[in-house]
Amino acid sequence: MGFGPLLLLAILEGAVTAAVLALTAVGLSLTFGIMRVVNVAHGEFFMLGAVLAWFVSQWFPDAPLLAFLLAMVVCPLVVAGVAVLADVLILKRLHYEPEATIVATIGLLYIFQQAALSFFGPNARPVAPPFNFRVQLPWFGYSGYKLFVILAAGVLLLLVWLLITRTKIGLVMRATQIDRTTAKAFGINVDRVYAMTFGIGAGLAAIAAVLVVPIQQAHYLMGGDPLLLSFIVVILGGLGSLRGTLIAALLIGLLDGLLSTAFFFPPTFAKIVATLLVALVLVFRPEGLFGRRTA
Amino acid sequence: MRDRALLSHLGLVAVLMAAHWMLPAYHHDAVAKVLVLSVYAMGYNIAFGYTGMLSLGHALFFAAGLYGAAMPLTLWGWTGGPALAAGLVAATVLAAAVGLLALRTRGVSFMIVTLMFAQAGYLTILYLGRWTRGDEGIVIAQPLRRIMGLDLSDGATRYLAALLLFVLGLLACLHLVRSPFGRVMVAMRENEERARMLGYNPFTVKLAALTLSGLYSGAAGAAYALMFGYAGASLAGVQYSILPMLWVLLGGAGTVAGPFLGCLLMFYLIDYASVITSATLLVVGVALVALVLFAPKGALGALRDRLGKEGRAWLP
Amino acid sequence: MTKGLTLTPTRRSVLAGMGAATAASFFPGYTNAQSSEPIRLGFQLHRTGIGAAYGRWYERTATAALARMNAAGGIGGRPVEILFEDDGTDPARGAEVFGKLATQSNCDLVFGALFSHVVIGTAPRAAELKVPYLVCSEGHHVASGMLNRWTLQPGITDVKSQVQAMAPFVTSNLGKKVTMIFPDFAFGHDHRDYFTAACAAQGGEVIAQIAIPPTETSFTRYFPQIPAETEVIYHVMVGPAVLTFVKELGEFYGSGARPQLFGFIDSLEAVDINSSGLEFLDGSHFWEAHPRYKQADASDAETAYRAAVGVDDNGASASDAADVATYSHMFSVWETLSVIKAGMEAAGYTGAADRQKLVEAIEAMTGFDEGEDHPQGAKTFNGKTHQAFGIQNITKVEGGKLVVAHKTSVEDGMYPDEVDYTSQSF
Repeated sequence: MGFGPLLLLAILEGAVTAAVLALTAVGLSLTFGIMRVVNVAHGEFFMLGAVLAWFVSQWFPDAPLLAFLLAMVVCPLVVAGVAVLADVLILKRLHYEPEATIVATIGLLYIFQQAALSFFGPNARPVAPPFNFRVQLPWFGYSGYKLFVILAAGVLLLLVWLLITRTKIGLVMRATQIDRTTAKAFGINVDRVYAMTFGIGAGLAAIAAVLVVPIQQAHYLMGGDPLLLSFIVVILGGLGSLRGTLIAALLIGLLDGLLSTAFFFPPTFAKIVATLLVALVLVFRPEGLFGRRTA
Repeated sequence: MRDRALLSHLGLVAVLMAAHWMLPAYHHDAVAKVLVLSVYAMGYNIAFGYTGMLSLGHALFFAAGLYGAAMPLTLWGWTGGPALAAGLVAATVLAAAVGLLALRTRGVSFMIVTLMFAQAGYLTILYLGRWTRGDEGIVIAQPLRRIMGLDLSDGATRYLAALLLFVLGLLACLHLVRSPFGRVMVAMRENEERARMLGYNPFTVKLAALTLSGLYSGAAGAAYALMFGYAGASLAGVQYSILPMLWVLLGGAGTVAGPFLGCLLMFYLIDYASVITSATLLVVGVALVALVLFAPKGALGALRDRLGKEGRAWLP
Repeated sequence: MTKGLTLTPTRRSVLAGMGAATAASFFPGYTNAQSSEPIRLGFQLHRTGIGAAYGRWYERTATAALARMNAAGGIGGRPVEILFEDDGTDPARGAEVFGKLATQSNCDLVFGALFSHVVIGTAPRAAELKVPYLVCSEGHHVASGMLNRWTLQPGITDVKSQVQAMAPFVTSNLGKKVTMIFPDFAFGHDHRDYFTAACAAQGGEVIAQIAIPPTETSFTRYFPQIPAETEVIYHVMVGPAVLTFVKELGEFYGSGARPQLFGFIDSLEAVDINSSGLEFLDGSHFWEAHPRYKQADASDAETAYRAAVGVDDNGASASDAADVATYSHMFSVWETLSVIKAGMEAAGYTGAADRQKLVEAIEAMTGFDEGEDHPQGAKTFNGKTHQAFGIQNITKVEGGKLVVAHKTSVEDGMYPDEVDYTSQSF
């Protein structure tokens, strides 16, 4: 295979990773940006989404398309509900103290993992993709579903952007993000905004998982990587910048693949170099690529 | 003695010394491990609890101590003493180097930058599998685990050595946080801008605190290699960056003895959870949530607040 | 009490003339010799963590083996019990759990660990506490000499031997030009090193080694590195992402011409090979220690074992066809328990004071016959390296089942000793 096709493949694969990552990270960006809490359980919301998608797929073993569409609706709603409960029952009582929240969300992480282990089991379980077609390029074959994932994630991100910039809910959320006290003074129910934000953030992680589970399988420990990568993407993009999050996701998704392809680095070495490069970007641009300079 | 803080911490040391003769074998070994890991937690507390640097990359320093001691022992035939020193130096230098770069950032950016440096370190251990055996890790043979003629693989010797390390760490930390420099550290945590206006350079203060924190972490890592005879990549993973944070928060951030208490609490939480049920993670998770709801500032933090002015004197 | 002395001869008889009270104080555990107090075996269980899929099958196998053993009179007439303790598939916790089982629960020995990092992290504790540690892990760590006199692996062949035994079949039946795809950590590196050497010894050649970073969840972009002249792809992936790996390999090649595939079943333990997306595995070959699908020529012992552990003819749980077993590894638990029984009975094991005698008794063993105690097949045991060597199976995916295409001999997997543990002190 020539260099061109290799590069194309690396870009396609990177784009799939980036698409899913962007969705997950946008969810985290909302809770992180608006509520100012470090939600360690965010990856577990992703995991719960994937696990629930598997359960939904078991109801309709012969109709994967129906199961997929249903999962796209049910999973984010259920996960958002769980998140809202967690917010009202726990985080709110902690007054969103950053440090207490970390401990509480680590606790939630354990609880969700045990729930998945007990009810779903320790195995990685596949979910059938809603449709099967393979795009045959001149040099290699590629999964049609993966192309769909890129498209679907793009549409969903657009919807989130519209929600935040063009609706009243978005306006209220942005107001709360900028100044909580003033928002309160203007009669905004901050408690409700927080619960909603936490729910939407978790729901976005869940929907990303529903998209990815036909390519990746559900597993009760799958939440770790999305959590770390989402954090990196959110900060690298710049807190509160949707555009930054998207571009950072692309960067994270593509960087090590491109390094590996273009410079023939061994893959693990490419990952090390990519990690250090991103860290250095932040060192010299602490506010992130598109964040506003605060200090 | 009028120094109530010294008195309370010496009391803890006395209890731990008495425990040496009283604990049954299993708990004796378990507490020895908790003591070593508490040194790591104390190091984390210096950076996070006192100076306000939220790091998610301390596993890098712990691992530097661990491998800094383990590699010379197994690959180059060093003896215990120099290997321990190598672990300390490796972790301290690395902490200073990371600090020089990462301290250009603060808050969440600092958290992510340290996380990424630690991830790069973790991947490097895997990548250099020919020497480190990556995830599987390496065993440090029993005859190598000696320091000044003391066999650290022996239960009693190990407990006393761990206690010695812990006491050194504890008293040094107590002294540090009550020294003028310790107050500057707290000033950085509370209000960096005000401290700057008072003439302190936040960068150098935080760099010194982080380097010291790295020294503690490295001491724990190197001691771990010598006392428990194993070095593996799992001890360098992100989990080992989150754990000291959890221990510190459970025990009480910004308290000298809190890290030990948190570490002990977490160890026995996991240990007893498996006695009650096979759904261990559930018990641990619920306990964490409950603990933080009742004591958001950690066990000692809550106790200190309850005792009011006396609390500050006994539990700095 | 003196009667107890005569019951267990050899070294004990030396003491026959001594006062009974003195003897009892010399051997603290000895007063139990006549009692029917149960023998307590500790089990390091991967109940949570990355090994959980294996852990529950290991637990089921151990429970089944224990029931059979107690029904047959236990060990030396004493009942046996197993204490399971979760190690979270974590080496640090593994070492703690070992101490808990040995010193708090007073187990006579500890067995059952599978994941290599847990074994390696725990083994130093076994030597410190002088408690036998029988691992079921297939790692080369025991036979490599890395561990210690208290750690043994009598129930399963190590990876170096497995790989070496496989290589002749691969090079003579599938192709000489091999591309290896493996995870970039110790387990993968073992395969890389041993197979590359074994392949060269057979006149084959490994033309590419593709190391996949351990955190990877998607693999397609690595496949272009497979050289076009590759005749065989040797794949050995582990962890929850393996199914993705196999599916993406299928997408990459599509229905067109592809190299022969040879994989380690580790890639698909606890996974149904008839899962959607795995169709392209049809016709490919796998290593299996113990064939998951019941073969036409299955022995009576194999049939009895399969029924006892609750696995149906397709390798899934008898009560849930979707719950696929880790069949190629879990027999090691059953067989290790058989070795424990034989060892304890040979050593005249009466209590904790005889732990060293137990290790010596196992070291004195030379092999195990195929039968209900060893349903996977006959094995040679090397007391110096503490490692068992058994036959291996190469199975082919045919009509949605894995059918044995070749069985290796025990000799195929032999290699020169790398350690003599018997020369080390206890």
